[in-house]
Amino acid sequence: MRKLLFESVFRQPLTERAPSPDDAAMAELATALGQAGRRRLGRSLSIREVDAGSCNGCELEIHALNNAYYDVERFGLRFVASPRHADVLMVTGPVTKNMRGALERTYDATPNPKWVVAVGDCARNGGCFAGSYAVVGGVSEVIPVDLHIPGCPPAPTAMLQGLLALLERADAGAVTS
Amino acid sequence: MPSLIDLTLEGRKVAQYGPWPRVVVDASVWTFAASELAHGRWNLLGLWGEPATVHMAIMDGQTAEIAVVSLDCPDRTFPSVGKHHPPALRLERTINDLFGLSAQGSSDARPWLDHNRWDVRFPLGERIDALPNAAPYRFLAAEGDGLHQIAVGPVHAGIIEPGHFRFTASGETVVRLEQRLGYVHKGIDGLMTGASLARGVQLAGRTSGDSTVAYAYAYSRAAEAALDLVVPDRAVFLRALLAELERLANHLGDIGAICNDASFALMHAHCGVLRESVLRAAAAASGHRLMRDIIVPGGVSRDIGDGGAEAIQATLDNIRLRFPALVELYDNTASLQDRTVDTGTLKPPLARQYAVGGYVGRASGRSFDARRTLAYPPYDSLRFDVPVLNEGDVNARVWIRVREVEQSLSLIEQILSRLPEGPICREVPLGGEVREGMAIVEGFRGDVLVWLRLRNGLIERCHMRDPSWFQWPLLEAVIENNIVADFPLCNKSFNCSYSGHDL
Repeated sequence: MRKLLFESVFRQPLTERAPSPDDAAMAELATALGQAGRRRLGRSLSIREVDAGSCNGCELEIHALNNAYYDVERFGLRFVASPRHADVLMVTGPVTKNMRGALERTYDATPNPKWVVAVGDCARNGGCFAGSYAVVGGVSEVIPVDLHIPGCPPAPTAMLQGLLALLERADAGAVTS
Repeated sequence: MPSLIDLTLEGRKVAQYGPWPRVVVDASVWTFAASELAHGRWNLLGLWGEPATVHMAIMDGQTAEIAVVSLDCPDRTFPSVGKHHPPALRLERTINDLFGLSAQGSSDARPWLDHNRWDVRFPLGERIDALPNAAPYRFLAAEGDGLHQIAVGPVHAGIIEPGHFRFTASGETVVRLEQRLGYVHKGIDGLMTGASLARGVQLAGRTSGDSTVAYAYAYSRAAEAALDLVVPDRAVFLRALLAELERLANHLGDIGAICNDASFALMHAHCGVLRESVLRAAAAASGHRLMRDIIVPGGVSRDIGDGGAEAIQATLDNIRLRFPALVELYDNTASLQDRTVDTGTLKPPLARQYAVGGYVGRASGRSFDARRTLAYPPYDSLRFDVPVLNEGDVNARVWIRVREVEQSLSLIEQILSRLPEGPICREVPLGGEVREGMAIVEGFRGDVLVWLRLRNGLIERCHMRDPSWFQWPLLEAVIENNIVADFPLCNKSFNCSYSGHDL
């Protein structure tokens, strides 16, 4: 262990520069957060991830956000264990009928103000699972969605761009409150 | 003792089926097969339904012969296999949920994937309206002084898939765990019906995201078996390259994640970096970090990109440089070993009974690896070992994965050095009226089975079986007598798929 720790004193950090906020994501956010963004969050956002029926591909890339290359905590973004600690619900998957109730309850358990970020193509409209007897469809069919991050799954940089846009708008909203 | 070949002589052989025989049998032969499974002479590979038929894939453990036996059930019942052989129980409950065919004599008639939320019962059979008020799900009883229950999920504390775990504990010690799954049931079998081969491979690749290569691989091989299609050599090698990269990425990520569940974050950080390097090399070579939608019936949809081979080779060199120090760290950290050694032990007889594949089986003395046992190309011409241990604990499952990382590194180097030139895809013929095929491919988690029947080039029925079907029930077994806090370690060392299981 000493060898590994010692080495890390000399190695360059792996963490990469922050990507610029995505323009399309910004536009979508402007309307949603114009109404809701009245609370000062500072540069701190707690995220509760909810898999509402995904194939687990999106989860793998959300996990990657925590690795040393992306290191989301440096932006004040933190994944938390309970919806009661969360500002943001990050929802993946074509919401399955078997998960619909659990998603609604998780949303209800999240204190206001809150934002919902739908991650991945399935979360937008059900993706290739749309039309199945077992699937509701996009996340917005069940709970209001503030931001969609497209991709199958979106790469970690795409998710970072979306989340940074969310943060910057939340900051801007705080100025007018 | 009859061999599997004798059994297939008993029934009516189905034409246009490849590469293993499928025979239609009567109820007595069906029941005989079930008793042979129960006596451990054969292994259950899969059990699935159609609107009026049930199918069972069986392997002779000694000779690796494989056959599918089918039973018509005009009166919507069939003799239960699970009555004799418990690994079949959840599969039978699923057949009933989806098709309305009930297993006569089964000890467990509760629904499995159907949570009474679909608005319809038996969605793939003779559909009827859902029950107005379904009875609450009955968990199995655990009775005794001072027992308490802990209900977890479907929404968990971490970034993982949804499922429900019902623990019954005596103090800190778990006396029973019962799983309830089905939350991510997307109706993939239903979506496959009537789909084109191209849509089918898209769905197959989204059955379990961490095994997207393995699923597309198995699906494509099943379709090719049905159509008697031989794919170009270059595609054969490229497929194995993608499969090994997927194995490498998942093993590296999971080794770190298991250690993280023992609060040893340093390993998690370093393994996460190595995993990321594999995903980036995969993106450079295939255009997608998870290598999705690359394997298709007929070959692969795109060749390895410019600089792809170099990116992969650089990643291999880096892993060879960094990984040994991490393995040493794992092996020499007493606080970590204290959590993994003798924790969550799966005894070899139980592993054999469930014919469990992947690192779960190989850490408990079962040496089955589809790449070696079934030796499909190009693995029949590559050098590699299949590591096997007998301890069956969390530690053994970590070590199997460590050894498999080393094997995958060597396999990828062999593939890169021998990559043949030539075309990467062959046109897929529409085929005759009815064609059937089956394939088994070794994913990172274990053997993925795909069976499909084509009619005039469209999918009439496709069934995919995740290795998790035979791993999930064993997780219930291994947690017994461990403490609640060791559940994350046991769970992560199995790392069963929810989506692949729920389908």
